[in-house]
Amino acid sequence: MKSYKRFLPEVGMLLPAIILMVVFIFIPFFLSGYFSFTNERLMPRPIPTQWIGLRNYERILADSEFWMSVKNTLYFAIVVIPIQLSLSLASAILLNSKLKFIAVFRGITILPILTPITVIVVIWAAIFQTPDGLLNGIYQWLTGTYDYIDWLGDETIAMLSIVILSIWASFPFQMLIYLAGLQEIPKDRYEAAEIDGFNKWQQFRYITFPGLRNTNIFVVIITTIGALSLFTQVNILTGGGPNGSTTTIIQYMFSNGFSSQKIGYASAVSVIFFITVASLGLLQRRLMRNE
Amino acid sequence: MSNLKLSGISKSFDGIKTIHDVDLDIKDGEFVVFVGPSGCGKSTLLRLIAGLEKVTEGEINIGGRVVNDLEPSKRGISMVFQSYALYPHMTVRQNMSVGLKVAGLKKSEIERKVNEAAKILQLDDLMERKPAQLSGGQRQRVAIGRSIVRNPDVFLFDEPLSNLDAELRVKMRLEITALHEQLKSTMIYVTHDQVEAMTMADKIVVLKEGRVVQVGSPLELYNNPVNQFVGGFIGSPRMNFIAASFHKQEGKNITLKTKTGENVDFALDTDTTLKNDPLSIGIRPEHIALGNKYSVKIRLKIKAIELLGGTSYVHGSQANGEDLIIEIKSENMLERHKEYDFSFCPSRCHVFDHLGNVIKLARN
Ligand SMILES: Nc1ncnc2c1ncn2[C@@H]1O[C@H](COP(=O)(O)OP(=O)(O)O)[C@@H](O)[C@H]1O
Ligand SMILES: [Mg+2]
Repeated sequence: MKSYKRFLPEVGMLLPAIILMVVFIFIPFFLSGYFSFTNERLMPRPIPTQWIGLRNYERILADSEFWMSVKNTLYFAIVVIPIQLSLSLASAILLNSKLKFIAVFRGITILPILTPITVIVVIWAAIFQTPDGLLNGIYQWLTGTYDYIDWLGDETIAMLSIVILSIWASFPFQMLIYLAGLQEIPKDRYEAAEIDGFNKWQQFRYITFPGLRNTNIFVVIITTIGALSLFTQVNILTGGGPNGSTTTIIQYMFSNGFSSQKIGYASAVSVIFFITVASLGLLQRRLMRNE
Repeated sequence: MSNLKLSGISKSFDGIKTIHDVDLDIKDGEFVVFVGPSGCGKSTLLRLIAGLEKVTEGEINIGGRVVNDLEPSKRGISMVFQSYALYPHMTVRQNMSVGLKVAGLKKSEIERKVNEAAKILQLDDLMERKPAQLSGGQRQRVAIGRSIVRNPDVFLFDEPLSNLDAELRVKMRLEITALHEQLKSTMIYVTHDQVEAMTMADKIVVLKEGRVVQVGSPLELYNNPVNQFVGGFIGSPRMNFIAASFHKQEGKNITLKTKTGENVDFALDTDTTLKNDPLSIGIRPEHIALGNKYSVKIRLKIKAIELLGGTSYVHGSQANGEDLIIEIKSENMLERHKEYDFSFCPSRCHVFDHLGNVIKLARN
């Protein structure tokens, strides 16, 4: 009885957070799991929703458009992750050094974090504009011609454009985390290395990189998840086109769920996506722990 | 030869001068301790020698070479840090060998040196462990091992024992002293602990606010402090200071009067004439005796007694409120809150002027 009474205020204080989490995270999560086995529609309709077993999953796995989106997403992740990681680590190291006006540089680099992704995408839409956007201007100036590149309209280039924009928009976040990781490494370790005669590369190899082990695990996982959930950029700029060359898994889910109103089907996609991302995360953790 | 010579060394951080015009001569094979209160610039001075900081002014000469513009790794020094600064993901063996590896030594040569150092420091059984699996004392030994393999002209230690517990500190103190005897290298050791300085040093350099106050052997500093700061800093428990005023002077013979009205006679070693400034008489706890044996009498009310075993430290206060510490044999069973007579001999005293500088006395 006594322990129950002591428990009460604690539960009371946790309750708002618990309610919010249950309503906005747990219920939708389990609901989408449930919907994925039904033919639920976005808008209510006269025919009642039916339990259809694994039919959604069968259809998804048989849909070539789905596999196209998986391929695109993987391509995006494989290109973006290494570039983004090296870029964010390199800039973190640069910003961690004793350059002049370092505070100014830090401020500038952090700007993209403060800008909503939709705004960034709209700005890049202007940069990518064909034929007279900024990038084409530069291209024409460099080549001395009036040729132009259709950054978002060309099947072979559209995804690359999305890659460039995405890296620019999100590397500062990883950089901030690396910066925090770098500042955790004790300075006297570098001083010991200075006395041992390490050059800059050896300092990186023997001190900085091993010292960032835990940071790396975290950054790799969030970058992977971020890359796999590519959506906003694609949705605003190309809507998955041209010719499906930039559809991603989330874009596929979105267009099935909201454009075609097949919530049950989209839920099944989200379950597949969740399982994939979760197992990738676990696998990465396992691999890095055994290193 | 690895003499070390500092000439006119100054260091400023952002325009704030923290090291002031230090001159110092350290002979080959000497064990020198930099001692002083926290923030006096000991570490900075050591780091200037190591090359981790650049001097603002002056010249550093190691083994006949001016090293001002040399990288730390080229100066023929090695350094042991207070935090050990080991490479955490490397084994003990790797920690000790990586410096030699990047210096381009042959594998067999590295192995020989590392094994030799491991033997000296009794690290043989720990060579494949990572620092996280070692105790503080073992980590410190690895840090020393990393120093030894470099075969430096000068070993630098920055408060290497201050992260260890008291018992281990005493043990490591002896080990480092023994190591010095074995290697016969020049060693510079920084500490704020005057006991470490007294027990380990051939030569102590006392620093205060970025200046060298006194340089000398432990006994020199103990017996002949140049000022009140050194007198109070060296020796444990610290020297007692009794406020006094000038009473009279006849040639070299002076008489001071303490606040309690006691006259104390001294013989000067110099020809100075004392002025009427306030003075201070310094007397060490072990030089005050229980009873009336000596010429200067003091009466103390006992406030506290620290029993250490054979000896005890008695904390007492005079009628005018001045507190003194006295070392006595423990068999004299004193009682707290009671008053006792003590006495001391002027020949054991030090006299300091109003600026804290010592006034030289003739010793017989
Ligand atoms: N890198 C630095 N930048 C600015 N001031 C410093 C720096 N290193 C030391 N100081 C200052 O120099 C003084 C002496 O410091 P330090 O040599 O570490 O003292 P100690 O080792 O005797 O405790 C201190 O006042 C400290 O604040
Ligand atoms: Mg220090």
